[in-house]
Amino acid sequence: MGKMPDNGRDDANRRPQGASAAMRDLKDWFIREVLPLESALMQFLRQNWRDKADIADLRQDVYVRVFEAAQKQIPDTAKPFVLTTARNLLIDRVRRERVIPIETMADLETLGAASNEVSVDRALIARDALAKLQAALDKLPPQCREAILLRKVEGLSRGEIAERMGVTERTVNRHIAEGMRALADMLYSEAADLRRKS
Amino acid sequence: MTDSQTATMVEEQAADWLERMDRGDWSEADQSQLDAWLEEAPAHMVALWRLDGAWSFADRLAALRRPSLHETLIARGRGVLPIVAKAAAGIALIAALGTAVMYLVPKPAEKTFATEIGGRKTLELPDGSRIELNTGTQLRLATDGTQRKVWLDKGEAFFDIKHDASRPFVVITAGHRITDLGTKFVVREAADSLEVTLVEGRARFESADTAIKPQLAFLSPGDVVVATATSMDVTRKSQKDLSADLGWRRGVLIFQHTTLAEAAAEFNRYNTQRLVIGDAKTASLQINGTFKNDDAASFAGTARAVFGLKVEKHGDEIVLSQ
Repeated sequence: MGKMPDNGRDDANRRPQGASAAMRDLKDWFIREVLPLESALMQFLRQNWRDKADIADLRQDVYVRVFEAAQKQIPDTAKPFVLTTARNLLIDRVRRERVIPIETMADLETLGAASNEVSVDRALIARDALAKLQAALDKLPPQCREAILLRKVEGLSRGEIAERMGVTERTVNRHIAEGMRALADMLYSEAADLRRKS
Repeated sequence: MTDSQTATMVEEQAADWLERMDRGDWSEADQSQLDAWLEEAPAHMVALWRLDGAWSFADRLAALRRPSLHETLIARGRGVLPIVAKAAAGIALIAALGTAVMYLVPKPAEKTFATEIGGRKTLELPDGSRIELNTGTQLRLATDGTQRKVWLDKGEAFFDIKHDASRPFVVITAGHRITDLGTKFVVREAADSLEVTLVEGRARFESADTAIKPQLAFLSPGDVVVATATSMDVTRKSQKDLSADLGWRRGVLIFQHTTLAEAAAEFNRYNTQRLVIGDAKTASLQINGTFKNDDAASFAGTARAVFGLKVEKHGDEIVLSQ
């Protein structure tokens, strides 16, 4: 490992996407193993938490806990790890906030068994990759879908997409950002729905 | 826990970051700002990963745009949808294709450039960019007012690219894309791996095949990406190693503690006369020095003198052994 000129700072700070080997492995594991479990995780959270408005925040907190634990060591099997993390998070919330009816607490005690019933067929997801993308694209608003197809299929720049669609680049940027969020929700959270549909 | 921000707000910010990265004009300043944002909370990192995972997954859509498919569409010049429908049979993509096909860009003519074994060629592009082809290399070039694309089909090439934000320069090889951000870089495709070395500037490397690993890396000088069918890794090279790797631009091979097995493999990229190492002990001997890459015979002579090896010629082969 030689030193490069003009490169005094730690590269890990400059390239968080692909910085240290450990962080790359972690990201890779997270995308490959954890995210495909999202529909199971969401199902679990919805079943075990009354206030639906909290679900997005709970999911984020689960991911943060999973991320922080996996920084120390990446677990062998992702699914029990993620669902146990979710269960512990809910238990902590219940204890801290003391607002949850006692029967919910009782449900939580049985979660270990319940979590085994949720299964994510990753092979199926891989096989149906294109069909899934198709289904996800179908659900996007038309302009958003068009911008994404021009970007991903044609590899056009923002300026070219703007010209083609007759809108400003800022609008294209907004469509792309919106499409990124929608794709993530559809591919991860709603995988079960998409599979049923296709 | 991020008490101050809801998950939705974090996700919106992450999408804005990913969208900016996707534009292709990512700068050092952008990167420092992103780093600062990522430092604020781990929730930011996981939110970005989640969006990046899905966005990279959507790269599979690029499979719809194979040059051969385009050529078919353009050459036949009739209703495109039935042909596409046939091409996409069984993968239920007709609707997406229908939308995409309406917006097909007329593809600029591709020009093919190639070198023979031992050959070397420099292309000077009208925009001031240079591409140097090493031995046994083939690439296709397509440029017009809106795009600059190179498909490296085989071999190795050095790129010195004049950055133009409105016309990103993209090198596509074995399912990976390298987008320059004003750079000098080398791409070498071997039988089972792809190596990209960044010499100057910045570039973005993405693996289009998310079945492998959804990967995106921003490269700094000295970074080397090695991508195989199943993995991608970023390592670093010293300035000395970098210039040794680029010796071919001057017609030389530079060895630094290189085993004779590796040295022979290098020579064999450049010559039809093959260097063969006769035994394992000879193969593991290490050699230093600079050699003309078209002169395997004088390399063999040096190895004989230094290590007291036996050199035999059999037809097109030079065999080195104890």
